[in-house]
Amino acid sequence: MFTYSIKELAHALAAGKISSQELTQLYLDRIAALDPKLNSFITVTAEHALAQAKAADKKLSTGEAGPLTGIPMAHKDIFCTNGIKTSCASKMLDNFIAPYDATVVSKLNDAGMVMLGKTNMDEFAMGSSNENSFYGNVKNPWNIDYVPGGSSGGSAAAVAARLAPMATATDTGGSIRQPAALCGISGLKPTYGRVSRWGMIAFASSLDQGGIMAQTAEDIALVMNAMAGHDEKDSTSIDLPVPDYTTKLQDSLKGLKIGLPKEYFEGLDPKMAELIHTAAKALEAQGATLQEISLPNVKHSLPVYYVIAPAECSANLARYDGVRYGHRCDNPKDLLDLYQRSRAEGFGAEVKRRILVGTYVLSAGYYDAYYLQAQKVRRLIANDFHAAFEKVDMILGPVTPNAAFKSGEKAQDPVSMYLSDIYTLATNLVGSPGLSIPAGFIDGLPVGLQLIGKHFDEARLLNVAHQYQQITDWHKQMPSI
Amino acid sequence: MQWEVIIGLEVHTQLLTKSKIFSGASTAYGATPNSQACLVDLAFPGVLPVLNKTAVEMALKFGLAVHAEINPYSTFERKQYFYPDLPKGYQISQYQTPIVGKGYLDIELDNGQTKRVGITRAHLEEDAGKSLHDAIPHMSGIDLNRAGTPLLEIVSEPDLRSAEEAVAYLKTLHALVTYLGICDGNMQEGSFRCDANVSIRPVGQKEFGTRAEIKNVNSFRYVEKAINYEIERQKEVLESGGIIVQETRLYDASTNTTRSMRSKEAANDYRYFPDPDLLTLYVSESMMAAASQSMPELPWEKAARFQSDYQLSAYDAKVLTAERGLADYFETVVKLSQAAPKLVANWVMGDLAAFLNKNNLSIEASPISGERLAGLIARIQDNTISGKMAKTVFEAMCESNDTADHIIEARGLKQMTDSSALEKVIEEVMTANPQQLNDYRAGKDKLFAFFVGQVMKATKGQANPQQLNELLLAKLKSNN
Repeated sequence: MFTYSIKELAHALAAGKISSQELTQLYLDRIAALDPKLNSFITVTAEHALAQAKAADKKLSTGEAGPLTGIPMAHKDIFCTNGIKTSCASKMLDNFIAPYDATVVSKLNDAGMVMLGKTNMDEFAMGSSNENSFYGNVKNPWNIDYVPGGSSGGSAAAVAARLAPMATATDTGGSIRQPAALCGISGLKPTYGRVSRWGMIAFASSLDQGGIMAQTAEDIALVMNAMAGHDEKDSTSIDLPVPDYTTKLQDSLKGLKIGLPKEYFEGLDPKMAELIHTAAKALEAQGATLQEISLPNVKHSLPVYYVIAPAECSANLARYDGVRYGHRCDNPKDLLDLYQRSRAEGFGAEVKRRILVGTYVLSAGYYDAYYLQAQKVRRLIANDFHAAFEKVDMILGPVTPNAAFKSGEKAQDPVSMYLSDIYTLATNLVGSPGLSIPAGFIDGLPVGLQLIGKHFDEARLLNVAHQYQQITDWHKQMPSI
Repeated sequence: MQWEVIIGLEVHTQLLTKSKIFSGASTAYGATPNSQACLVDLAFPGVLPVLNKTAVEMALKFGLAVHAEINPYSTFERKQYFYPDLPKGYQISQYQTPIVGKGYLDIELDNGQTKRVGITRAHLEEDAGKSLHDAIPHMSGIDLNRAGTPLLEIVSEPDLRSAEEAVAYLKTLHALVTYLGICDGNMQEGSFRCDANVSIRPVGQKEFGTRAEIKNVNSFRYVEKAINYEIERQKEVLESGGIIVQETRLYDASTNTTRSMRSKEAANDYRYFPDPDLLTLYVSESMMAAASQSMPELPWEKAARFQSDYQLSAYDAKVLTAERGLADYFETVVKLSQAAPKLVANWVMGDLAAFLNKNNLSIEASPISGERLAGLIARIQDNTISGKMAKTVFEAMCESNDTADHIIEARGLKQMTDSSALEKVIEEVMTANPQQLNDYRAGKDKLFAFFVGQVMKATKGQANPQQLNELLLAKLKSNN
């Protein structure tokens, strides 16, 4: 039953074939048995999960259950969970028990979901390989010598290995879509502002967006119904009604205009290009029309991103100073020593690198040349997307340049690592929703197809993905572990 | 050499909102340390700021009162520095575009002239917490109750030319923000704090001299002293061939000196950038309309009305409207006593002010309420007691919570209003003092006062002086 999608599990629960407590125990057992190989969880909350499952069973028996009641899931360890350790995979927060729930957490609690635990990630969501965690690397379930992608590598590996039917994740430059692609699952980064950031530990506030990893687009739609929406506690969340994301899943693709940005295919690995074109043709066969488009400024995404994201993170991470919570060095001799050693000891190398870059680009004399310039180019990139969406309904391309790489392969070369996100960064800069769905395998490792939509057009993205998943079975492939 | 003094002031006013500028925690002063700091104020991981709408409305009111340009779009930036009482590692402030742009404030100088002082800008920001260095032995305590309290920082143009002008500006500004109800004006509690930028230049020179910034001077008197000290210090430095360095200086009230805190070179690079957690603040036309609707009568408008409605002099009107509480008190007394406004003004500005001054009390804390003073003045107005008797009653009122009527009754202080009784006393006095009567009638007019004194003595001061004058004059002359 662990291979079931959320929809299938919900049917089983509703039909009384299994109780939520049995189902939860089934996943807890799988985690206990298999996760030592993958290291996808930082914290497993068995007791908490079984208590939630018990409550869910009660609702299921009295007919008060919703479509997600009793379904097990996992939260990326970036979402604050009341009374439960929330580490962001950093030594800095190794001792941090969150005193409140993130809005995403309370919404899914309200929907009756059962939290199995908190998943591993790159420290403070900075990384593309899950090699930057204080709690150790996460392994790709398709081949444990390979990385699962990052930063939401734990969530991706857990869903791919069927340790959970669904997991939350966050995406600042590709952290949902890239690991989803490399682990062969579906992952949605919603429009910036669609999902509340309250309680989601900030990396780069103007880019961070919470989202969902699951086996199918349909499951993502079900969870989006519970997770999306305006939140008064997040000034950047958008006050727009939340549609029922499942109602459009069956819509025909006739007349759908899909744009393929030529820049995404220039120099692309031929094997990857072939898979993406095959996927595009499959959509065309269902009635969509394909056309080449151009996003001339998208090539600037990487440098723009690596100015803006570090700039924001350098301020967002200033609060970790050893004064109020988190790691504090032993016997500080004065205030400066307290700051310097607490931060030097608490943060890993990649986090420090980005804080340094961010501090630099905001410094007097450099602000205009870096930060301000990056914001201007960010606008140009956004203009490209707006112009493209005048012509097409959706943009299609690869998620990553290649399939997963080996652990350690890029660890010493940050720029090569950063290039893993070359096709995903732009959507964060622009705020558009992006969806990654399994589209085949290269040398035995899964790769993903990326669909980028207009702002708040998640329902259409999920519709296209769902239709694609009706005629393909890439999303049903499961690693043998 | 003749020097010209150039002063610009930055005033931090704590806005009178119930909750903080970016969180729902209370802003009340004086609570147990850290009892009014919520997760947002403590900068816990994952928390986000949400702008307090009332703080924006208060800033708009201020902008309207100083005739300022209101920026329809303004932004919040992060001002970054590490300090234990700054939990996020940055202060959210308005840097590039403040909500309130250029405006002005007219102030009245001691010589009666009006001076227009430019307001450069006023922007919203959050206050930091407090470091307490004496509370715990060998440690510094951090109290984050104040962290996130809304501030409106009001920056003046360098238009002020003396410490006296600076104080006049501050007092006018203080009256304005308290009138607007956007700040309680309490300088001891730090609700109204001033930094002064001071420089001097040779008279006739166009360029400004190098300035020093004097931080956090928390009374009008200290502002004047600190600026005057700083002017003298700069003169001495320049006249002995030295140069002024741009720096921040702290005023020490105990020695009446300023000392260097940090130089410009050592100043922080705050790395301001727009706060991505907050949207651009948009002030709509309806918000502007609502702000203008909610504007109270401003000090200068009230002063003009006091002159026209109550026929008070410009001086009286200015004194009575200097504080909103005083003006309200005055109007209460006029209304309740139904007495002549000038009579009320004299009492409020005279005996009452002297009493409050002596006891270091604000008008709000006056033990003599407007109702009680009105009760006293009403008895003067209806001739129950004389002005002189009223002073005795007032003194008694200062020492008890009794009403004027009770005191008058208890002490038998009523004026004689029966003219036949008074005439009888006058006749008795005249009979008892034949010599003086003869001398008066022989032309020694000065003796009139003698008879007044004798009658007052005989009536234990209860004769109505005016009535006494009239009757006495008539009597003294009638037998002539």
